[in-house]
Amino acid sequence: MIFARRAWSVVWKDLLVERRSKETLNALAFFSLLLLFVFQFALGPDRERLAAALPGLLWLGFVLAGLLGLGRTFVLERENDCWEGLILAPGDKSAIYVGKLAANVTLMLVVEGLILLLFAVFFNVDLAPALTGLALVMILGTVGLAAVGTLFAAMTAQVRARELLFPVLLLPVQVPVLLGEPLGAVGHWLGLLAAADVIYIVTGLLTFDFLLES
Amino acid sequence: MTRVLGWLAALALLAGLGMAFAVAPREATQGTVQRIMYVHVPSVWVAYCAFVVVFVASIAYLATRAEAADRLAHASAEVGVLFTGLTIATGSIWGKPTWGTWWTWDARLTSVAVLFVMYVGYLLLRGMIDEGERAARYAAVLGVVAALNIPLVHFSVLWWRTLHQPPSLMKPGPSSMPPVIVRALLVNFAAFALLYLYFVAKRIRLLRLEGEAGA
Repeated sequence: MIFARRAWSVVWKDLLVERRSKETLNALAFFSLLLLFVFQFALGPDRERLAAALPGLLWLGFVLAGLLGLGRTFVLERENDCWEGLILAPGDKSAIYVGKLAANVTLMLVVEGLILLLFAVFFNVDLAPALTGLALVMILGTVGLAAVGTLFAAMTAQVRARELLFPVLLLPVQVPVLLGEPLGAVGHWLGLLAAADVIYIVTGLLTFDFLLES
Repeated sequence: MTRVLGWLAALALLAGLGMAFAVAPREATQGTVQRIMYVHVPSVWVAYCAFVVVFVASIAYLATRAEAADRLAHASAEVGVLFTGLTIATGSIWGKPTWGTWWTWDARLTSVAVLFVMYVGYLLLRGMIDEGERAARYAAVLGVVAALNIPLVHFSVLWWRTLHQPPSLMKPGPSSMPPVIVRALLVNFAAFALLYLYFVAKRIRLLRLEGEAGA
C-alpha cells in the first residue's frame, strides 16, 4: 500500500510536470507528424506499396517515438539536479521504477494513439475493425518497451554518449517485442508479448536498486 | 597455471583438427565444406556457455560486490563476443556454398546476431563509464537482463521463421548423427572450451593488473 502510494507520487509528479510544460509531448507529437512525411517520401506515391508497408511503418513509428521519449525518462532529474532528491526518497527504490514506468507507458500510449490517428487520416486507413486487437497489442508492446526502456534510461542517464548508447542497448533487447508487435494479432504472439512484459518488469523491479546507488 | 591451460588448448585444438579432417568421414552431399561444422558448432556452444558465465558472475557481483566476479563477467563477455563472431563468420563461409548466400534472415542466424549485438552493447556500456565500480554495477544489471532475454529472443525468432536445419544433438530422442561425428564434435568442443578458459584466464589477469595500475 505504501509502495503503491510512493509509486503514485512519482507518476503524479512526472505527469503533472509534463501537463504543465508539455515539453516531451509537444515535441513527440510534432516528431510523429514528421515521421509520416519521411515514410511517404521514402516509399513514393505508389498506393499499393505504401499499403503493404503500413503495418511495419506504424510499429517503426512507435519504436522511434519510444526511443526518443523513453530516453528522456530521467532528463528532468538530471537537468534540475534532482537526482539525489529522487534517490533520497525513503523506502523501496523499486517504487520509483514502477512510477517512472507507469508515467512512461501513459505518455507513450498517448503518443501512439496520436500516431495511429495520423496514420488513419493521412494514409487513409480504416482502423475501426482492427481497433480492439490493435489496442491490446499496443498496450502489451508499449509496456515491454517501456519496462526495459525505463531501466536502461536510468542506466545511461549518468553515462557519456547516453543518446547513442540508449538505443544501442535497448533495440537488441527489444527484438522479441519488435517481432511480436506487427504480428501481435496472432494468438501465441500475444502470449509471448505478455511473457516478455512479465519478465522485463520483474527484472526491472529486482535490478533497479543497483542503478540508483552512487 | 594459465600457461598449462594454453598448451592444453593448443594440443586439444590439434586433436580436434585431426578428428575433423582425418577421422570424421567426408559428408556425402556437401563434401569437404561440411567439415567447417567442427569449428562452427563448438564455437556457438562455447559462446552460449560464456554468456551463462556472464549471467552467473553478474548475479554474484551484485550479491557480493566481489571485484573478481566482475572481472570474470567482463572477460567472459569479451570472449563470448569473440566466439559469437566466429560462429557468424564460419556460418557465412559454410552458408555460401551450401545455401547459396552469405546471410539469410533465418531464425537461428538472427538470434545469434541479436546475441552478438546485445553483448557488443554490453562491452560498449563498460567502455563508456570511467568509474570502475559504477561500470561493474551497471554492466552486471545489463548482464542479467541480456541473459534473461536470450530465451525470449530464441522463441520469438523461431516463431518468426526458420530455414536452418534443426538441432542434431541437443534434442529429445536418439541422435541422428553417426557416433564418429559426435565424437569429433565433442573433441572440438573440449578444445574450444579449453581455449575459452585460457582466454578468460589471460583476460582476468590483465584486468586485475589494469585495475592495480589504475588504483
